[in-house]
Order: sequence, then C-alpha cells, then structure tokens
Amino acid sequence: MFAFILRRLFQSLIVMLSVALIAFAMFRFVGDPVNQIVSIDTPQAQVAEIRRSLGLDDPFLVQFARYIWNAARLEFGVSYQFRLPVISLLGERAPATLELALMSALFSLVVGIPMGVYTALKRESWLAKVFQAVSLIGISLPTFLIGILLIYLFSVTLGVLPSFGRGEVVRLGSWWTTGLLTVSGLKALVLPSITLGLFQMTLIMRLVRAEMLEVLRADYIKFARARGLKTRAVHFGHALKNTLVPVITIAGLQLGSIIAFAIITETVFQWPGMGQLFLRSVQNVDIPIMAAYLMLISFLFVTINLAVDLLYAAVDPRLRATVGAH
Amino acid sequence: MSTSSEAPSRWSRIRDSDILASFLKSKVTMVAAFVVLILFIGAAFSPWLAPTNPFDPATVFLADSMIPPAWQDGGEARFILGTDDQGRDLYSAILYGMRVSLIVGGLGVALAASIGITLGLLAGYLGGRVDAVIMRIADVQLTFPAILIALLIDGVVRGLFKSASREDTAIYVLVISIGLSFWVQYARTIRGSTLVERNKDYVMAARLVGLPAPLIMLRHVLPNVIGPVLVILTINLGLAVITEATLSFLGVGLPATQPSLGTLISIGNRYLFSGDWWIVAFPGITLAALVLAVNLLGDWLRDALNPRLR
Repeated sequence: MFAFILRRLFQSLIVMLSVALIAFAMFRFVGDPVNQIVSIDTPQAQVAEIRRSLGLDDPFLVQFARYIWNAARLEFGVSYQFRLPVISLLGERAPATLELALMSALFSLVVGIPMGVYTALKRESWLAKVFQAVSLIGISLPTFLIGILLIYLFSVTLGVLPSFGRGEVVRLGSWWTTGLLTVSGLKALVLPSITLGLFQMTLIMRLVRAEMLEVLRADYIKFARARGLKTRAVHFGHALKNTLVPVITIAGLQLGSIIAFAIITETVFQWPGMGQLFLRSVQNVDIPIMAAYLMLISFLFVTINLAVDLLYAAVDPRLRATVGAH
Repeated sequence: MSTSSEAPSRWSRIRDSDILASFLKSKVTMVAAFVVLILFIGAAFSPWLAPTNPFDPATVFLADSMIPPAWQDGGEARFILGTDDQGRDLYSAILYGMRVSLIVGGLGVALAASIGITLGLLAGYLGGRVDAVIMRIADVQLTFPAILIALLIDGVVRGLFKSASREDTAIYVLVISIGLSFWVQYARTIRGSTLVERNKDYVMAARLVGLPAPLIMLRHVLPNVIGPVLVILTINLGLAVITEATLSFLGVGLPATQPSLGTLISIGNRYLFSGDWWIVAFPGITLAALVLAVNLLGDWLRDALNPRLR
C-alpha cells in the first residue's frame, strides 16, 4: 500500500514537472520577455542590463529551477497586458469560476442521476426515449450554441433570467466574493450553470443507465427480489447504491474539465472568471497568464486524479492485492 | 485477417457484407447519411450553388444589411435566409462557411491521424524507450480536454507567427491546433494493435528477409492495423468541426473576412438582443445538423464494424 502511494506520488510529480517544462518553454521562447518591458528606443546597454537582472543569461537548467521555485510560491510573473502580478489577477477571478463549476457539477448530478435511473428502469417508456434523444443532442451540440439558445429563450424572449455577469456579489473575508447570497447573484448563476453542466449531465445519465442495467442483472438483485423485498427497496437500496461508486468517481474526474470548459461558458455569459482572463491572454499572447493558468489547471487535474486513485486503493481490496504482488 | 483463396470482386463484397445490411436496417443512420451527403455537396460546390459570392465586395452592399428571411415582413426574395450586418446573403455565407469549417476540420483530423499513426507505429514496433516516451506524452495530454490544448497551441503558434498577418495564418493555426490536440487516440489504438501484429509470423519473415524496419512498418504492419482508425476518423470529424467552431466563436479562430460557421454564429450572437435572430439561428442549425449527423454515422459505423455486437 505504502509503495503504491509513493509510486503514484512520484508519477504525479513527473507529470507536474513536464507541464512546468512546457509552461517554462512557452514563457521563455514564445516572444522575448525583455521586449515586453523595454520600448523601441531603450539603449542597447540597458536592454542587456535588464536581460541580466532577469537572469535570462543563466544556463537553461538554472532558469528552469528558478521558474519552478517561483511557481511553487505562486509567483508567476507579471502580465504583459495588465502590468499586474498574474497571481493576483487569477485570484481575483477564481471565486467566480469555482462557484460556477460547483453549481454546474451539482446540477449535473441532481438531474443526471434521476434521469439515468428512470431510463434504466423504464427502458421502453416514451419519456425514457425522449431523455435518450436529448442526451444525444446534448453531446452533439457545442457548448456555446446551448448557451446562445438558453439566452435567446430565457433572456431575450421570456426576459426572466439575466444573460451576463454575476449579479450582486457579497464579499466574504479578504478576497472571496460570492453570488450565492443575493437573489440577483443566484439568478445569474442559473443559465451559465445549466450551459456548463449539460454535457456532464448527459454523461452521468448515460453512465448511471449503463451501470444500473448491469447491476440489475446481478445475482444479488434476483436474490433480493426472491426474498420478497419491495421493488422500490431493491431498486434504490440495492441497485442504485452499487452504481454510485463509479458515478461519483467520474463526477470527481469531470470537475477538472468543468473548470477548463468554463472558458467557453464564461465567454458566452461574460462571466468574470479565470476562463475569460485566460481567453483574453490567448488573444493577446499574454504568455505569463497562459503559463500560470496551465500550471494551475494541471495541478488541479493531477490532484484530483491522485485523490481518486488513492481512494480506490483504500476502498477496493483487489487493487491492494495486485499492488502487493508486484 | 483471413484471406480466402479466391478473392471476390470489391463490389460483390460490399453487396454481401453485413455492413450494407445493417445500414439499410437503421432508418436513423440513413437519414443521417442523407443529411451528411447534402451538406457535403453544399460545401463542395458552394461557389456554384450560392446565389452570390459573399466575399466579393463588389456584390455586397451595406444598404442590404439586416434584411430578415424572405418569409418575414421586410424580407426579400433575393435573400432567402436574410442578410447579416454587412449585407451579405446569409444562405451563401452559410454554404461558404460550411466549406471552410469542413476544410479546417478535415485537414485537422488528417494531421491528427498522420501524427497519431506514425507515433503509434513507432511506439508499438520499436518498443522500449521510444514507446515509453511517446506513451507518457500521450498520458499527460489525455488528462486535459482537447479544447484547452487547442487554445494553448493556438496562443503559442500565434505568438510564433507574430510577424505574419492573422488572416493568412488563421487556417494553418487552426489545423495545427486541432491536429496536435487529437492525435493521442490514434496513437493508442495503432500502438495496441501493432504490439499484437509485431510478433506474428509474417513480420518475423519480413525481418528475416532483411527488410528495413520502416518498410516493414509501412508495408506489412500498417495495412493490418489501420481498420479501427476509420471509426475514430468519423467521430473525430464531428469533434474537430465543433472545436474549430468553438475557437472561431471565442475569437481566436477564423476572422470575419473568411468566416466559418463558428465565426458566423459569433457575429450573429452580437445581434441576438436586437431581435435579429436569423443571423445566429441558421448557421447554428447548420452546425448542429452537421455535427449530429456525422456523430450518428460514426456511432453506427462503430457498432457495424464491431464483431462482438453483431
């Protein structure tokens, strides 16, 4: 068990290091960082001085080590377009993105699981077929089209929900802002959360359906029925309970991609989050922000993956046995 | 792959195959194939099918801008689906835009497949350190969503191409972004089957004869592992078209002077609030129909070619 944890930690470290190498290479070789600081008529000697003071003349490995050391202390340099430290720019926008991501994950679970259970239990009913068709469309439609459609329906035509921004936000502590405590903030969350969560919802629905169909064929379900338990108890107490482990795993793994996909949703709804900042930095080739965003997202992905793997090893004794055999 | 002693002609093999039978059995697939065919013809022959050339400034007049579809009040028969903010005929713009979307998507998928197949063959056939390096890169890349990677590559490539004007490089930037985001699936599939083929007798024989490794990979291994790639190609085409449309919608894809479906949707999105719904609706419906039909075809192809499901 201990060896397994160590090996997974080591693998995660390698992944993070290679991502850092890519981020550093972008930072160092795409556009000259010095050019972003000096103007055209800066004397050559001064340019050389700045270059030396930034440590750009040092050997590659020294520079890379310094970059990692700075990244570990969350120092990602200064944005080319805003002339502000990258970490404060990202930190300012992080609450908006995280709230949006959590709400859409919640939406996808709360709606996706019941839909999956229903389509598995009542496979032949017309409503189940409608759900199946909707899920196929949900997977085929690009996120931004779904967002536009929702805006047209609920903002332009019906005029019941706002189409952009976070509404009124309340400041909690020194830097966290939340839209969950005001009516306009909650209203503003509805459309973006649905847009962002729809793809995950169809994924979860299909997964729950497939798992339920699998489990319902198992012997212990037949046995539970033979014991005369109520259908409802068999379906929810036995079958659903056993499908939830893979579902929660996938939902956890999807949290990272929800945050990444937020880039599109945030653009459609002009949501002031990290994704919008990242997109603007791609448009303006603002490498420090791009590199920092890449590192943060990778850290998130790697941490979630690691946590899921370790949880699996803790829950599933078979995994421990094979690891021990090595 | 079993070879019968007398090879039947290609046509009779298609006629007798299960694939044709399963195609004729599924109505949804036939409809999807029909839609794909219509849209592909529209894209391929857009210069002849479109009533106007929306990119010829001499035929576009600002006075014609924002005309609603022909069946609405104020619509004109000249513009069936209405016009956009610059007075371009929307029907023509969609035909041309679909052409651009399909070209970018198709080239991107082709690039992804060539990179993936090459690296997969190398990894599977050579093994050892080459295999380890290629597959670790694939693992790392697979943890990230393709759209994020495409965005990053887009930013980096544009940083490198900075000197050239954006309109000339936009298509190449998109093709490179899509190609580098989608290669992993091909590499994994090809590597898996190459690992199996590598130890078979005919490869051994080719080696004993003294054929060079690249020739064995290309002429002997590749034809036997290429089958599953067809399915991935179809499914990826839908994904690539979505990726291109998303990048263009986000403003890092094709500029308004050579619009794809995504660019048209992004332009239309600006006028949604003034009630000019047609500028965003028709390109959106076209994109949705195209992707849905391609995905349905891909799903059917996957099931039809999978012997376990027969």
